Amino acid sequence: MWLSNSSIGRKVVMSVTGVALVLFLTFHMSMNLVALFSEDAYNMVCEFLGANWYALVATVALAALFVIHIIYAFWLTMLNRKARGSERYAVSQKPKSVEWASQNMLVLGIVVILGLLLHFANFWYKMQFAEIIGDHFLGEFGPTDGAAYIAYTFGCPVYVVIYLVWLLALWFHLTHGFWSAMQTFGWSNKIWFERWRIIGNVYSTLVVLGFAVVVVVYFFKSLC
Amino acid sequence: MEKIISFTLKIWRQNGPKDKGHFDTFQMKDIPGDTSFLEMLDILNEQLVSEGKEPVVFDHDCREGICGMCSLYINGHPHGPATGATTCQIYMRRFNDGDTITVEPWRSAGFPVIKDLMVDRSAYDKIMQAGGYVSVNTGAAQDANAILIPKTAADEAMDAASCIGCGACVAACKNGSAMLFVSAKVSQLALLPQGKSEAARRAKAMLAKMDELGFGNCTNTRACEAECPKNVSISNIARLNREFIKAKLKD
Repeated sequence: MWLSNSSIGRKVVMSVTGVALVLFLTFHMSMNLVALFSEDAYNMVCEFLGANWYALVATVALAALFVIHIIYAFWLTMLNRKARGSERYAVSQKPKSVEWASQNMLVLGIVVILGLLLHFANFWYKMQFAEIIGDHFLGEFGPTDGAAYIAYTFGCPVYVVIYLVWLLALWFHLTHGFWSAMQTFGWSNKIWFERWRIIGNVYSTLVVLGFAVVVVVYFFKSLC
Repeated sequence: MEKIISFTLKIWRQNGPKDKGHFDTFQMKDIPGDTSFLEMLDILNEQLVSEGKEPVVFDHDCREGICGMCSLYINGHPHGPATGATTCQIYMRRFNDGDTITVEPWRSAGFPVIKDLMVDRSAYDKIMQAGGYVSVNTGAAQDANAILIPKTAADEAMDAASCIGCGACVAACKNGSAMLFVSAKVSQLALLPQGKSEAARRAKAMLAKMDELGFGNCTNTRACEAECPKNVSISNIARLNREFIKAKLKD
């Protein structure tokens, strides 16, 4: 199968799952913004997405995307380290045009996974998971009271800092990932390379800002 | 006024692919700035020979930047500090009095060290043999108007064809990937009518060979195009990806 036994195929898998995850992030970010306008509306979204069959199917598909993306990331890194050989350069300098993010995608990805685990503990476990097992008292509030959980979590400055660092890592990951995916699909040339890079930077900035603004607004709300 | 410099050379010495290498240090005295980097190594080797020591082995041939034989990873850059130039086109006036210049071979699993600074780049020949040609005889040069080729396509094909196969892309790549080389060789033919008909077969065969020989997976860091002595662009890699994916989807 060319998606696993050719180098371009493996990169295509990374790109397809990566782009799908970017779409998920966009959806998640838009959903979060609802909380800024109306907490009731946000809780309606939480109710709608709880443990209903369509939400569960989507969650399983999403988890599969994550798992494939992560497994391929480690696999590719292993292959690439092997291809690099055992001997390292004594002196090596990064050319100016090489982005820092592009050489540290795995590290950034690991930071994103660690943040994700915390995020599961803060929200998912108390909300969707509580609904799945039918125990509605895993968390401090009801499983569909998302707005209360947001206020509760981001009232704590430690979580605010951790979430903002997490989002920063995600931003670096996306700025490289976006144009890199287009390049891997072959939808690039000398002109489109620059366009994709700008589109990717703007898009990842908007997505990450969308997430960050909810964190920051709820932190300031907790101060008042 | 001519620049004359003295400096320290740290050179990688290794007896064979299995041998554990080490650095040797040499003091170079009063080298004129107009000496090319390879001439400077010639001076070193003559000193070593006259002292009865073993000279440093390094690859070189045309010494005018077109054959792709010279390699050398100088101070952290393949082909040294200049951009768009091979090692043989570097002159000592780029360096300063009292510098320490570190010279290493290409380091990549695909290019095992033969001796000292010389590496085995025959993997590139094997990739070429896998499909880097047109299998129909295109005959003698035809009238330029017989087959019309857009100027943009001709220019891009020429830019891709400027690849001299030196291996700097693999040396620069943190993944030891040969994608820039393979993509240049696929592009120089895929862009022209004579090569287009076999483009899919060529992309598949050359990429399969590259993977088989143990080169890495491209992660688009762009180190290759930054260090390429011929400024080959990664837009060629996008073209190779496109050709390969299209071919695989058709199968």
